[in-house]
Amino acid sequence: MLAMTGVFTFFTVGTLIFVLSYLFFKGGHDLNWDFFTKLPVPIGEVGGGMANAIVGSGKVLLLATLIGVPIGFLAGVYLSEYGGVTYSFVIRFTTDLLNGVPSIVIGIFAYTLIVLKTHHFSALAGGVALGIMMIPIALRSTEEFLRSVPVSLREGAMALGASKARTIATVVVPAAMRGIISGMMLNLARVAGETAPLLFTALNNQYWSPGWNQPIATLPVQIFTYAIAPYPDWHRQAWAAGFVLLALVLLVNITARTVIASGFSHKPR
Amino acid sequence: MKTVPSLDSSALNNPEPALATPLPTVGAPKLVSKDLNFYYGAFQALHGISLSVHTNKVTALIGPSGCGKSTFLRTLNRMNETIRLTRIEGEILLDNENIFPMEVSHLRRRVGMVFQKSNPFPKSIFDNVAYGPRINGTARRSEMQETVERSLRRAAIWEEVKDKLHKSAFDLSGGQQQRLCIARALAVDPEVLLLDEPCSALDPIATAKIEELLFQLKDNCTIVIVTHNMQQAARVADFTGFFLLGRLIEFDTTKVIFKTPAKKETEDYITGRFG
Repeated sequence: MLAMTGVFTFFTVGTLIFVLSYLFFKGGHDLNWDFFTKLPVPIGEVGGGMANAIVGSGKVLLLATLIGVPIGFLAGVYLSEYGGVTYSFVIRFTTDLLNGVPSIVIGIFAYTLIVLKTHHFSALAGGVALGIMMIPIALRSTEEFLRSVPVSLREGAMALGASKARTIATVVVPAAMRGIISGMMLNLARVAGETAPLLFTALNNQYWSPGWNQPIATLPVQIFTYAIAPYPDWHRQAWAAGFVLLALVLLVNITARTVIASGFSHKPR
Repeated sequence: MKTVPSLDSSALNNPEPALATPLPTVGAPKLVSKDLNFYYGAFQALHGISLSVHTNKVTALIGPSGCGKSTFLRTLNRMNETIRLTRIEGEILLDNENIFPMEVSHLRRRVGMVFQKSNPFPKSIFDNVAYGPRINGTARRSEMQETVERSLRRAAIWEEVKDKLHKSAFDLSGGQQQRLCIARALAVDPEVLLLDEPCSALDPIATAKIEELLFQLKDNCTIVIVTHNMQQAARVADFTGFFLLGRLIEFDTTKVIFKTPAKKETEDYITGRFG
């Protein structure tokens, strides 16, 4: 039993190590300064980079955060602090369903809602698609961290004459803030690699995409486009982009976990 | 068919006990509870509690676990209202004014509370004490420093924390945290201070500090303390009430309760025969 469980645990960890080292091996040596600063070059030319996709991913994720975090956060506060038993059950259930909706279906939704209405692919549509994907996790992590705030803190504030809303705003949310922020970061890292919902919302762009109303390049879609193209040069670029994307996601993950860890050493005695 | 006697025989066997000695007069009572019943759902936790809390005195509530003394304490600042499915009957008067129609934040400003487990906010020592004055708008920004210092002095913790006011409250020891919570409650100048087993998690030295503090505080504050520790009640309280199974069995001066209790249950509890 021990041997079997141990072997499968090793497989799990081994897979991550394998993916990481393979990406580093394949993508690492094609990384150079140009990759981060130059636009893609036409087929046949050597060099160029993915500056537009890196910035594009940043823009789309920023928009997604602006949509997903406030909605998820406020709904999470409602669920943890105000929701009655029946309401909470319904909300939790529908949230879990939304979380389970395949990302490509969310893409179709954003496509119908925005691309068809505005008649063009856009950063806005991509941001909305990813924003919707962020809501369920933002909501549930906010709820979990608020629930973990001890009742004694709420009572302490209310015994001083604070109203319920005041108690939530000045004691409960600040006490849970580290946890909530790290939850949001993990959430962001999760949608950063989403490709399917961006394929027919943000589409792609070989150039810079000013504003929010034009098709925009993003790292995952760029990797997809380059990886299925028949040019070895593009394949090398795709590996490099994959490595950059994974490095960014790992960085966000590690930062978030550091934030959580430092928060929990602050428990009252 | 028997005729119903005009006088119920059981009433003859159990006449209403006349109050043997009237309680010493100590001015108008600060808090009066009249026929208070309290229910958690279908369970009745308090049965017709009537007692008076005297101004600027320490009143201790004692009794075994689950006897309702904490529940009673928490009705005095309407803290039990935050629990779902609870119901209350009867009256509580604060300076002759019924507390139930009052605005609850106003009531809790006048009737402060310190809890069993110290519960400092995850903020600095200064911000913990300033919390009450800030949310109630009772101290201007310029006066805040002074209010915080005065409250910490009244809670006898100023000397220990004056150099680290902006450090986290969690850096303090358990006893210091509890005195910080007392300072926090005092910062809004409450007329009554409710303490729910404030020393149960503290060592004897920290306990002694808090008991000493209560003596100083009662000069301008009325204190009600729930305690498991009978020696503590005997040391700090002017009046003591004994609760058993949701009923107030006996209420009198601490001296009478501990020396010559009128009820057998009280005597059994005091002498350690149960509970």
